[in-house]
Amino acid sequence: MTTEPAEKPPLGRVIVITSGKGGVGKTTSSAAISAALAKKGFRTVVVDFDVGLRNLDMIMGCERRVVFDFINVIQGDAKLKQALIKDKRLDTLSILPTSQTRDKDALTKEGVERILNELKQEFDYIVCDSPAGIERGAQLAMYFADEAVVVTNPEVSSVRDSDRVLGLLSSQTKRAETAGADPIKAQVLITRYDPSRVEIGEMMTVEDVLEILAVPLLGVIPESKAILRASNVGTPVVLDGPSAAAEAYEDAVTRLTGTDLQMRIVEERRPGLFQRLFGRSA
Amino acid sequence: MSLFDFIRKQRPLKSAQTAKDRLQILLAHERSSGSTGGADYLPMLQRDIVAAIRKYVEIGDKDVEVRMERGDQMSSLEINIELPKTATKAE
Repeated sequence: MTTEPAEKPPLGRVIVITSGKGGVGKTTSSAAISAALAKKGFRTVVVDFDVGLRNLDMIMGCERRVVFDFINVIQGDAKLKQALIKDKRLDTLSILPTSQTRDKDALTKEGVERILNELKQEFDYIVCDSPAGIERGAQLAMYFADEAVVVTNPEVSSVRDSDRVLGLLSSQTKRAETAGADPIKAQVLITRYDPSRVEIGEMMTVEDVLEILAVPLLGVIPESKAILRASNVGTPVVLDGPSAAAEAYEDAVTRLTGTDLQMRIVEERRPGLFQRLFGRSA
Repeated sequence: MSLFDFIRKQRPLKSAQTAKDRLQILLAHERSSGSTGGADYLPMLQRDIVAAIRKYVEIGDKDVEVRMERGDQMSSLEINIELPKTATKAE
């Protein structure tokens, strides 16, 4: 990457997207958040930490262009620059895919630190897509983070796992182990929120979840058909045309970058009669 | 479902079809390369190519760029090597 003298030095913020529980929307959120950051002009890279089960490349739509991966770079088989895939839609966005073939032991703390430090020299935001669980891959994804986005569904097992992960963030990370360092700034992102079910008491409310987890709220992403459509075509949802989910992610990212923005629940528009007759579908 | 469903049939590719196509291409590649799943030979290939070129020209590790594009019919591997101005090795 060329560094012109006028260019601002990179912020080098490391953000982990984590949850404990699988299937709550970590990769979807990593893709949407990194694309929204890049759209705002921040130099952004999204890193897949799920060694052995590569999927971020599919969600980002670059699966056919993967040559080298995170593990190749850690092991010195490729240069970081060679492994980074430049997004074709946003020139401020890059993807660092993980290995599909190795196991999670291929990640080392030293290797991860070295690569994150190298990324910090070039990018404003380094978004780390954590694997599910709380084992090695997940631990390394969060270890060097400055901030954490804990993706949570308003559902009992997801909230329980999020609580567990919040505990790890405040004890098993570099910031936690370094005396005098600020703790990781952890925020909850509630996904798959269905206002109509909340209304009839079938789903916990945002307030319920926050009362239990007792951390700040980054945003609320409504259940939306746009999510599956976006992953079908390999486009982060914020780049796939207007939708309630896209708006909610854009709001969350505005807050992530430090702008105060009032919380609102964006609802998916219900199709009216006219739309049902003539409307488009996914 | 709706009155005008028959018109939709002519619409461009539905996203579910795109998803299926993408998976078929990707999985065909991953399965054909067996349990090692994919282009694991690329680091070695790159090392060999660089070594071969270094016999004749001085190049740095950073002067090599490898790109790949997997397709359903064929895949292409593109290797760009930036040669320094001062051409061949002396001796």
